[in-house]
Amino acid sequence: MAAAAAVVAESLAGYRARAARAVLEQVVLPGEELLLPEQEDGEGPGGTGERPLRLNAGARSRGRVVCGPGLRRCGDRLLVTKCGRLRHKEPGSGSGGGVYWVDSQQKRYVPVKGDHVIGIVTAKSGDIFKVDVGGSEPASLSYLAFEGATKRNRPNVQVGDLIYGQFVVANKDMEPEMVCIDSCGRACGMGVIGQDGLLFKVTLGLIRRLLAPDCEILQEVGKLYPLEIVFGMNGRIWVKAKTIQQTLILANILEACEHMTADQRKQIFSRLAES
Amino acid sequence: MAAEHKTKLSKNLLHMKFMQRGLDSETKKQLEEEEKKIISEEHWYLDLPELKEKESFIIEEQSFLLCEDLLYGRMSFRGFNPEVEKLMLQMNAKNKAEEVEEETVELDVSDEEMARRYETLVGTIGKKFAKKKRPCQL
Repeated sequence: MAAAAAVVAESLAGYRARAARAVLEQVVLPGEELLLPEQEDGEGPGGTGERPLRLNAGARSRGRVVCGPGLRRCGDRLLVTKCGRLRHKEPGSGSGGGVYWVDSQQKRYVPVKGDHVIGIVTAKSGDIFKVDVGGSEPASLSYLAFEGATKRNRPNVQVGDLIYGQFVVANKDMEPEMVCIDSCGRACGMGVIGQDGLLFKVTLGLIRRLLAPDCEILQEVGKLYPLEIVFGMNGRIWVKAKTIQQTLILANILEACEHMTADQRKQIFSRLAES
Repeated sequence: MAAEHKTKLSKNLLHMKFMQRGLDSETKKQLEEEEKKIISEEHWYLDLPELKEKESFIIEEQSFLLCEDLLYGRMSFRGFNPEVEKLMLQMNAKNKAEEVEEETVELDVSDEEMARRYETLVGTIGKKFAKKKRPCQL
């Protein structure tokens, strides 16, 4: 009895951590621990604690492994904090152990440093603008953070304008701060987004899918008619086309793309192309 | 009578800079060491065994930029906004160029040409600083 209870307890509490390599592209749940490749050898079939001899003895001093969104460091292992598929990217230049992250789906945005987002100016107080980016607090944007802005030459930003900028400070302890210039002082397309157009919200995962290098949706959309799109990593998309009807069609397509299969999409596009 | 009874100067006064200029270097060192001892005794410290800091090989990042190569967020198609289209080419090309590791620097002037020019240049400038005056031939 005691032995059975002990076994049950072990299986519940001492769930053996899986190797990260074995779980790639599979769904992982929060609370799971993942072993990095160099560690699984010691816990393999020969559980006597002997490490198998390896030719590359210097593998212990491996490069740094980066754990991305959805993962946390837990001693020497990775702890999953979001449910989704585990992904891995090999290091390009050879240094480092690559990047692991969880591809999850969510609608609520949490500001992250370096992200380009679309914000709405909600208030103008003294030297800073308060910009709503969809996070827990409005971000602050200084009027000097625009290209060519000086104390005398202020940027023409009104309450209600759309701003495309990036975060310079974004952590859980401080108010996020954003700027509309890069480190060299150039705008690089950031700043106030022009007149007209339509702003709508989608899930964060869809934005990342659309911005992937080989996205078919965008290629097909680009063939329909002249248009302009701005993607914000906070789930906001701004579109503009020549007429209001075209703009609305575009917005509907992008919103519906989330749940359509490739065939349904192609059907819709061919129908649009005809009309 | 004042010479018999030496005024006793306080320790703080003796430690002041102008009073120490006349001392030897040895006495100065001694004084400094004494001061350091006093200071280090007053400093608080934790009476714990030394913890070895574990070097971690795992870095935590919350940004998706490292994970996936995402394109630039502003896009324009079929010439709707020419500036944005130019930007698209620039920024996406920058992303790809960063992956290229080696960069060959293009030379405007070849090495041989440079050596030849330099050779003659040294001669002309050298003459300017030559000490011996050239005789003036009339």
